[in-house]
Amino acid sequence: MKIFLSNQGNLRNFKSFVESLDLSDPDKFIISTHDKWVTVHPANLVVAAALAIQAGKENTEIIGNVPETGRYLDRMGLYELTKTPSPFVYHKKEEAGRFVPIKIIKTSEDQSRFITDMIPLLHLSEENAIVVKYIIGELVRNVLEHSFTRNGAIVAAQYYKKTNRVSIGICDTGIGIWKSMNTYWHPKNDIDAIKLALTPGITGTTRREGGTSENAGAGLFFIKSIAKITRNYFVIYSGSAKYTLLKYKKRIKGLPRLYADPNRDPHSETNSMPSFHGTLVAVDLSLDETPEFNYLLSNIGDVYDKAIRERKRAKYRAPKFI
Amino acid sequence: MKKTIIMRKLVNDFAENKDIAKKLRIEEIMPALSKGDEIILDFDGVSGATQSFIHALISDPIRKLKDVAFDNLIYQNTNNDIREIISIVYRYMQESLNMNRDEE
Repeated sequence: MKIFLSNQGNLRNFKSFVESLDLSDPDKFIISTHDKWVTVHPANLVVAAALAIQAGKENTEIIGNVPETGRYLDRMGLYELTKTPSPFVYHKKEEAGRFVPIKIIKTSEDQSRFITDMIPLLHLSEENAIVVKYIIGELVRNVLEHSFTRNGAIVAAQYYKKTNRVSIGICDTGIGIWKSMNTYWHPKNDIDAIKLALTPGITGTTRREGGTSENAGAGLFFIKSIAKITRNYFVIYSGSAKYTLLKYKKRIKGLPRLYADPNRDPHSETNSMPSFHGTLVAVDLSLDETPEFNYLLSNIGDVYDKAIRERKRAKYRAPKFI
Repeated sequence: MKKTIIMRKLVNDFAENKDIAKKLRIEEIMPALSKGDEIILDFDGVSGATQSFIHALISDPIRKLKDVAFDNLIYQNTNNDIREIISIVYRYMQESLNMNRDEE
């Protein structure tokens, strides 16, 4: 396997990052970087970390001329997952920054501890911290419950001062979304499986409306909606498919409209990416654009109700007119 | 009888661990409601909760016990966010109850 970390690692360019992945030969993993400048989003980092864990530390290396900005890879903990010693020397004091290095979460206790510990690292206000806790809480739980991976959920996050934004990436090397949805929904392919998973009220654990006692099929829809309302990117990559919620333009006034059907959201999709055995979910969160969480929840809840009512109506018998 | 459950003791500041929700539902909430007891879930000191957590806590009582759950499950000291999430779960569970009943 091979991965290239470029100088344009953000969610807007995630497609080209994925297209450049070489997922052949899973027993060996080589990471290379742009030779002048490296910029990585937590999404890029957690994919690299997931593949490194899958291949094993002794089979993973970072090759080539890693520029000075590659120091960030060390600070985020990527070198620790490889057999390549870090070329960067710095004092621990320099580590002050607002980021959450790569973390592997394998149990729900790990998850609760992580959520408590990570917020101080990002130095967020209480109001913003709730949103970040919510996103990580739901996404990590999805991995622990549905991915059937032995390697856990791999998480990283970064706060960007200039844009006042938090970026989050969560990745696993589990069964992927298609397999998770297939028992009850039989999606045609990976992209259909992703769209089903994004539809409110649809869970991989049952076909019954309202879900099971433990699953309602709301988690990913909530996160996508948070990204949309805060006018940011949201990406899911699983199997051969990638779905990217595009950024809602700032010049359009008012709250972005939420849709139950992910096809109606401005998005890009593809079903011909290198086939990844697992799932990556990544989201950006602009803190300037984040309305009160309560307001956000209320909007999301309304769309959720509407989706259920519409599905109900779709099953009504129609009158016969002649 | 009334029973108060102090959520903060179980979930700390943020309620996201569904294993705790499930355990609480099975071991405390369902048995008490089935006996006709009142359960008060006290969220004092809890700043937030995920929808998944609240769903795992109360969807089964609503589905199985319906009015008994509506009458005897009480929420105390909920902030606006938690109140909103509980309300969302109440709404969609009732919508889906009607729907599943219609299909039976």
